[in-house]
Amino acid sequence: MGGKQLDLGFLIKYKMFYISGVQNTLLLAIFAVFFGVMLGVVLALMKLSKKKILKAIATAYIEFLRGTPVIVQIYIVYYGLPKAVPFELPDMVWGIVALSLNSGAYVAEIIRAGIQAVDKGQMEAARSIGMPHGMGMRYIVIPQAFKNILPALGNEFIVVVKESAIVSVVGITELMYRADTIRGITYRAFAPLMVAAVIYFIITYTLSRLLGIVERRMSAGD
Amino acid sequence: MLKGIDTHIKKGEVVVVIGPSGSGKSTFLRCLNLLEQPTDGEIIFEGVSITDPQNDVNVQRQKMGMVFQQFNLFPHMNVTGNVTLGPIKVKKIPGDEAEALAKKLLERVGLPDKAEAYPKQLSGGQKQRVAIARALAMEPDVMLFDEPTSALDPEMVGEVLDVMKDLASKGMTMVIVSHEMGFAKEVADRILFMDDGIIEEEGTPKEIFDNPKSPRTKDFLGKVLY
Repeated sequence: MGGKQLDLGFLIKYKMFYISGVQNTLLLAIFAVFFGVMLGVVLALMKLSKKKILKAIATAYIEFLRGTPVIVQIYIVYYGLPKAVPFELPDMVWGIVALSLNSGAYVAEIIRAGIQAVDKGQMEAARSIGMPHGMGMRYIVIPQAFKNILPALGNEFIVVVKESAIVSVVGITELMYRADTIRGITYRAFAPLMVAAVIYFIITYTLSRLLGIVERRMSAGD
Repeated sequence: MLKGIDTHIKKGEVVVVIGPSGSGKSTFLRCLNLLEQPTDGEIIFEGVSITDPQNDVNVQRQKMGMVFQQFNLFPHMNVTGNVTLGPIKVKKIPGDEAEALAKKLLERVGLPDKAEAYPKQLSGGQKQRVAIARALAMEPDVMLFDEPTSALDPEMVGEVLDVMKDLASKGMTMVIVSHEMGFAKEVADRILFMDDGIIEEEGTPKEIFDNPKSPRTKDFLGKVLY
């Protein structure tokens, strides 16, 4: 039995399952982080805004999304939202929507913290030479905040790659779902799932190494 | 906290503001270009009320250079970038003209060889001189200095004060918050002694330093001039 559990012969038969699973996992993560960043920028600017109402909306959104389980959010988006829109969209899209809405809340906090970490004197210096607030943000604050933000955004991407596994519960055919399918077909749990784990690890480890290189490059430019 | 300040700064005048910490010197200076928003009262600059809600203060700030205690150079730009940013982005002058101006100004503050350097490669005194060049690049009518030498190592204070003396001798209107009493005595046309949010006493350096009238001025000077 033990020998059979570790037999990787199934890989030949089911390798397309893994390949398409990885493709979908990466698609989910890339789009979720992309839209998450766009949402995060808007939420961060709202949270830093002087208008109380914008601030309150952004804060409420961020707190709620960070304070509820992501699996509940995915169920709400997957089973709730399609009924609210008059057109049909592929499952993948709903997966991306759910992960983006969740990631946006985290990204917002990353961006807000990155902007606030820039010394207040920088904006004052920009204003003192006659720059309007927006110009000061664009040329002085944001470029410096970017250095604080980029490494944390890279980490967020890694987190989303891992968390995307959870959308398998609603039948989106990413890596985890595919591995589970193989488990169902072959009646073997350990090896198919272990292969999935190793693939996830290869993806996240590669990303974190790449991130390390980028970070070193950036601090060298300081 | 300011409790009512009423003063007039003339063109070409060098005013040094002294007083104990917490007396409102910096707040007063920062109100002049609205980095601090006064809750009441009016500030008139070249005939325009800058505290008027209809007024766009960005216009006047171009004419009011400011130098900060902590330099506040832009760390992601080199020295030339720091000096030319305002002229290029705010005044929209061509890049090569701005660079020629920066070159001239860096010579004036004694740093012609630092044009390509980044702020973190400079000493405190050099940073502050770049900050002065950055403010001068907007060709301001008045320069505001907020404790420009307080964050410097003692051996670097002189080089910054020399640049400021040179500016004063060329007729620049200056308002300087400073703890450098010797410097105040030498360059000021007028000293404002502030205490507890008001101008407690004002006058020429001679009047203030040699013959202070207010007991609080006497007390303060007794502590700083030993």
